[in-house]
Amino acid sequence: MNPKPVVALAAGVLFGAGLAVSGMVDPARVLGFLDIAGRWDPTLAFVMGGAMLPMMVAWRIRANMMVPVAADRFHEPVTLPITISLIAGALLFGIGWGLSGLCPGPALADVALVPASVLPFLIAMLAGFGLHRIMTRLTDPARPNPPQTRPGA
Amino acid sequence: MTAWQTAMPLAGFAGGLLIGLAAAMMLLGLGRIAGVSGLAARAIGLGNGAPWPIAAMFVVGLPLGAGIVSRIAGGTPVHFPTAVVPLVIGGLLVGFGTRLGSGCTSGHGVCGLSRFSPRSLAATISFMLAGFFTVAVVRLMEAGL
Repeated sequence: MNPKPVVALAAGVLFGAGLAVSGMVDPARVLGFLDIAGRWDPTLAFVMGGAMLPMMVAWRIRANMMVPVAADRFHEPVTLPITISLIAGALLFGIGWGLSGLCPGPALADVALVPASVLPFLIAMLAGFGLHRIMTRLTDPARPNPPQTRPGA
Repeated sequence: MTAWQTAMPLAGFAGGLLIGLAAAMMLLGLGRIAGVSGLAARAIGLGNGAPWPIAAMFVVGLPLGAGIVSRIAGGTPVHFPTAVVPLVIGGLLVGFGTRLGSGCTSGHGVCGLSRFSPRSLAATISFMLAGFFTVAVVRLMEAGL
């Protein structure tokens, strides 16, 4: 049996459980973190800290592994320079995050908790994905993948 | 105006550990970055290339895991903004922005920062600052300024 779908599903379940345990499925709590001038709720910082620990260990273990346990190679992002797209995209994402209190993980987890409330956000998010896909195709039709900018070029 | 009133440091940290374990499972098990925006887009063919069933399995797992915890805990508090317009504009910006910026809170925040990636640090600082700024502006507008 191919173990990949099982590993991916298990990781998704664990991730979704973590979002619920930490309260990050609640947009009000996330907005509380972003509201530094108001009644600031630092919970999100503890979530990030908690998530960082296993991953710091995982990167150490990964450095001593030739191949992943259940796949034939590591697909890590190639190291690219810091680009205008990176910063512009992150800023737009941050504005959307601040308007809604939602980022992609919690929004998808909320499908199980408040499906009707999260639906407008999810449809708009998918439209945003689609818009970017169309834009990438239009600006660079020959290359469906993001251009591989050489560092220093 | 007291900070920390609603904070749940322990639950937050415990939930964070689960999220980190899940991301470690994706990295060491499948050799993939657990970036939810990228996986969600790829699951349905809106990322780079055709729809990808493995990413779809991860995405389906998110509500499953949250639903299981909520069931065990006897409910999880979720408070949505009452207005639909900020949700729709927010969703558009989150969708487009995470693709343009190659990641979100999980990909850049959790996976990238733990690897000390300068790109992820730049992205995380950018979306955090934009989030702080946006909420501050919204609060000022609500206060009628």
